[in-house]
Amino acid sequence: MDYLLSIITYVPAVAAGILALFLRGNDAATARNARWVALFASVFSLVLSLLLLKGFDPGNTGFQFVEDKPWVLGLHYKMGIDGISILFVMLTTFLMPITIAACWNVETRVKDYMIAFLLLETLMLGVFCALDLVLFYVFFEAGLIPMFLIIGIWGGQNRIYAAFKFFLYTFLGSVLMLVAMVAMYWAAGTTDIPTLMTFKFSHDPIAVLGMHVAGGLQTLLFLAFFASFAVKMPMWPVHTWLPDAHVQAPTAGSVVLAAILLKMGGYGFLRFSLPMFPVAADLWTPMVFWLSAIAIVYTSLVALVQTDMKKLVAYSSVAHMGYVTMGIFTVTQQGVDGAIFQMLSHGFISGAMFLCVGVIYDRMHTREIDAYGGLVNRMPLYALVFMFFTMANVGLPGTSGFIGEFLVLMGIFQVDTLVAAVATSGVILSAAYGLWLYRRVAFGPLVKAALAGIQDMTRRERMIFAPLVAMTLLLGVYPAVVTDITGASVGKLITEFRASVPAAQTAADSN
Amino acid sequence: MSDFTYAMPELILSLYAMAALLVAVYTVKDGLTDALTWATAGLMVALALWIGVGESGTNTAFGGMFTNDAFARFAKVTILVSAAAVLIISRDFMARRGLGRFEYPILVALSVVGMMVMVSAGDLMALYMGLELQSLALYVVASLQRDNAKSTEAGLKYFVLGALSSGLLLYGASLVYGFAGTTLFSGILTTVAHGVPLGLLFGLVFMLSGLAFKVSAVPFHMWTPDVYEGSPTPVTAFFATAPKVAAMALIARLVQDAFGGVTHEWGQILAAFSVASMFLGAVAAIGQTDIKRLMAYSSIAHMGFALMGLASGTAEGVQAMLIYMVIYVTMNVGTFAFIMSMEKDGKPVTDIASLNQFSKREPLKALAMLILLFSLAGVPPMLGFFGKFYVLKAAVDGGMSWLALSGAVASVIGAFYYLRIVFYMYFGAEVEGAESRMVPAQWLALVAVSAIMLLGIINFFGIEPAAIAAAKSLVG
Repeated sequence: MDYLLSIITYVPAVAAGILALFLRGNDAATARNARWVALFASVFSLVLSLLLLKGFDPGNTGFQFVEDKPWVLGLHYKMGIDGISILFVMLTTFLMPITIAACWNVETRVKDYMIAFLLLETLMLGVFCALDLVLFYVFFEAGLIPMFLIIGIWGGQNRIYAAFKFFLYTFLGSVLMLVAMVAMYWAAGTTDIPTLMTFKFSHDPIAVLGMHVAGGLQTLLFLAFFASFAVKMPMWPVHTWLPDAHVQAPTAGSVVLAAILLKMGGYGFLRFSLPMFPVAADLWTPMVFWLSAIAIVYTSLVALVQTDMKKLVAYSSVAHMGYVTMGIFTVTQQGVDGAIFQMLSHGFISGAMFLCVGVIYDRMHTREIDAYGGLVNRMPLYALVFMFFTMANVGLPGTSGFIGEFLVLMGIFQVDTLVAAVATSGVILSAAYGLWLYRRVAFGPLVKAALAGIQDMTRRERMIFAPLVAMTLLLGVYPAVVTDITGASVGKLITEFRASVPAAQTAADSN
Repeated sequence: MSDFTYAMPELILSLYAMAALLVAVYTVKDGLTDALTWATAGLMVALALWIGVGESGTNTAFGGMFTNDAFARFAKVTILVSAAAVLIISRDFMARRGLGRFEYPILVALSVVGMMVMVSAGDLMALYMGLELQSLALYVVASLQRDNAKSTEAGLKYFVLGALSSGLLLYGASLVYGFAGTTLFSGILTTVAHGVPLGLLFGLVFMLSGLAFKVSAVPFHMWTPDVYEGSPTPVTAFFATAPKVAAMALIARLVQDAFGGVTHEWGQILAAFSVASMFLGAVAAIGQTDIKRLMAYSSIAHMGFALMGLASGTAEGVQAMLIYMVIYVTMNVGTFAFIMSMEKDGKPVTDIASLNQFSKREPLKALAMLILLFSLAGVPPMLGFFGKFYVLKAAVDGGMSWLALSGAVASVIGAFYYLRIVFYMYFGAEVEGAESRMVPAQWLALVAVSAIMLLGIINFFGIEPAAIAAAKSLVG
C-alpha cells in the first residue's frame, strides 16, 4: 500500500483512458457503458480512499502515506497527506460518484463527458495530495482544461463567454503564482512543500520600483499566491467569473465547481500562505478580513435580487467562502477548524443546492425563479429535500452549516470584534435570501400551467440526495468526526505561525 | 584529415545534395521527387543518429572556424530530425498540389547544411557562410509555388528583408572585426575581457539585430506573418522549425563564445527582444483568422520565451533555451501536420472558422490538436508548460524576475488565441466546415506528437542530461 495515494488519484484517469481508447461508437449502449465505467471507477476510488481514512493516524502532525520519486529539473514526484488534506481527498472521492450519477441523463457526447469528469477527479485529487510545488501547480492548472470543456461543450446559452472568462481569470491568477513558485525555488533551492513550510523566507523590507515593501520577499510571494487562491476561492472583488461559470455550466459541472474546485483556494491558503509566508500573512490579515466581510454582506445582498436560481446559489457560495477566508486568517484553532469544516460542509450543501436546482431544471428547462411556485403540491419529497438544504445553507443548528459558521465567528470574534459583527449580519441575510427563494419556489398555490404535470423525484435522484443529507446531518450533530482529524495538524500550523510572527516583529523593531 | 572528420556530416549532406541535383537534372527530374524526399529524410535521420550517438568531446577544426561540441551536436540533431519529419509529412501535400518538384528536398538539404554550419561556427566568416547558405535556400523554397502571387510575394518579401538583415549582420561583423582585430570568436572573447570598446558594442548590436530577424524576434518580425501565410504550408512548417533552432543556437553561440564575459552588455538587448516578442506575439495573434498567420505570431511569442532563457546569460539559461526549442519544434511538427491536412472540396483551407465543430467529425484528431494547443499555450500537464517553466526559472535565477513576470502575463494573453481554436473545434456553430485528409505519416506525426506532449512529462525522454551537457560545453 505504499502507493495508495497515487492509486486513488489515477484510478479515474485510467478509467478515462480506457473509455477514450477502447470504447467506440455513438449509440445508446456506448453511452450506458461509459456511464457505468465512470461510476464504477469513482466508486472504486472512494472505496480505496476509505482505506486511507482507516490507516490515517490523526495524532501524527506530519505527512503520511508519503511517496517520493525524483523527477525532471530537480523536481520530485512527491505525494502525501496530513490532517488538513485528507478530508479534501475524502470530499472529492465522496462527491464524484454522486456527480456522475447526477449527470446520468445527459445525452450529448456522453463518453466525452464522462472522460472529462474522470480526468477532473484525478486532477483535483492530485492537488490535495501533491507535496511538490510544481506538481501541485500542474494538477492545479490542468484542472482548468476539463472544466473549460465541460462548461464550453455542455453548458447553457452563453457558455462560450463563461468558459473563456473562467479559464482566463483563473489562468492569470495562477501564472502569477507560478512566477512566485519559481522565485521560491530560487530562494530555497527546493520545491519540496514540507521543507518549504519550515523554510524561513526573507521578510526584510525591500524596495520594488521605488516602493517600500514591508515584509519584503514574503509579501511579494504572498500576494502572488493570494492572486491565484483569491480568484479560485473566489473572494470579492475577483468573484465575478463564478456566477457566470455556474449559470452556464451543466448541473454536474456546477456541483464539482462549487463543492470541490473552490476548496482548492482555501486549501492553498492553509498549505502555502499561512505556513510559508507567516509574516506577510500577518501583515495582510486585516485586508483579508475586510474583503471577506464585504464578500459576506455584499454578495448576500446581490443574491437577494437574483431572478436566476443558479445565480442565487452561486452568490451564496461566494458569501459562504467569505467565512472560510476569514476563518483561515484568524489563525486560531476555532477559526481554522471552522474554516475547514465550513469548506467540507459547503461541499455537501452547495453541491446539493445545485442538484436541487438541477432537478427542476431537468423537468422545466428554466432556472427563472418566477417560473416556479407551489412545487410542494406536486413534489412533496423534493420540497422536503430542498427545504433541508436551504436550512443547512442558512446555517440551522443541527446541520453542518451551523457548525462551520459558528466556529468561524467564534474565531474571528477573538481577533477582531468589528469584523465579527459585520460578518454575523451575513447570517441574517443568508436566511433572508434562502427562505425567500424557498417560499417563491416551493410554497404558495400551484398556478403555473406548465407545472401542472411536474413529477416528484425519481429513484435515482433520491439516491443521489440520500448520502448528502446523511453527511450534512452527521457533521451537524457530531462535528468531532472532522475536528478530531484536523485538530492536531491545525494545532501545529497555528503554533508554528505564532512562533514565526512575533520573532519577526521583534527583529523588525530592533532594526 | 582530422579537420574533415569533425565536419563529416556536413560534408556528406552537401555532397549528397549536389549529387542528387545532378542525377535528377540529367534523368527524370520531378519523377524522382518521391525517392529524393525519402532519401533526404533518411539521410538526415542517419546523420542525426551518427552525430547523436557516434560523436563526443569538444573539437575545433579549420583553425578554430568550426566547433564540434555537445552544444552543436544537440542543435544539429534537433535540426536534422525536425527537417526530416517536416519533409516526410509534407510529401503528400506537395504531390497533390502540383508542388512535387525535385528541387524541394535538395534545397531543404542545402539549407540544413547551412544551419549545421551556423551552429558549429567558431568564426564570423563561418557564421555568415552558414547563415547565407541557409537563407538563400529558404528564399527559393518560400516562392516554390511560382504561379501563386502570394507565394511569390512571400519569397520576394523574405528575400528583400532577409538581405537587409544580412546587411545589418555584415556591417556589425565588420565593426566587430575592426575593433577586435580578429574574426575568431575566441579572439573576440579575449578582446572583450579587457573591456568592450564602443565600436565593438555597436557591432554586437547590429549583429544581434540581424540575427533577431532570423528568429523573427520583435522588432524584426514583420516578414513572418506574410511569409508564413504566403508560402505553401509544408514550407511554412519548415520555416517554423529547423531554421528557428539554428538561428537561436547561433545567437547562443555568438553571445556565449564571442561575448561570454560581458553578459550585461547583451543580456538587456536579448531581454528587450524577448519581452517585446512575447507581448506582440500574444496580442497580435488574437485578431488573426488564418491559422498560418496565427502560427506565425505564435512562433514570434515562442521565440520570445526562448530568448528569455538566453537573456539570463547562464548555463542554465542555455539549457532552458535548448529544451524549450526541442519542445517548440516538436509541437510545431504536430500542429503543421494537422494544418497541412485541412482542406475543403479538395482545396487547402487555413481559415480558423472552418474548424467549426471539427471535434464531431474527427474526435481523435480534434483531441490531439486540443492537447497540442494547450501545450502551445503552456498549460500543464503538457510538455509546453515545462518548457516555459524552465525558461522562467532560468530568468529568475539570472536575476531577471521582471522578465519572468512579463512572460507569465504574456502567456495568459497568448492562451486566449489557442483557446479560440479549441473553441471553434469543440464549441463552434454547426456549419459545413473543413475536412482533414491525412496520409498515415501526417496522422502519425499528429498523434505521436500529442502523445509525446503528455507522456514526455514523465522524464522528458532523457533529453535533459543531453541539454545539460550541451549547455555546459557552451558556457563552461
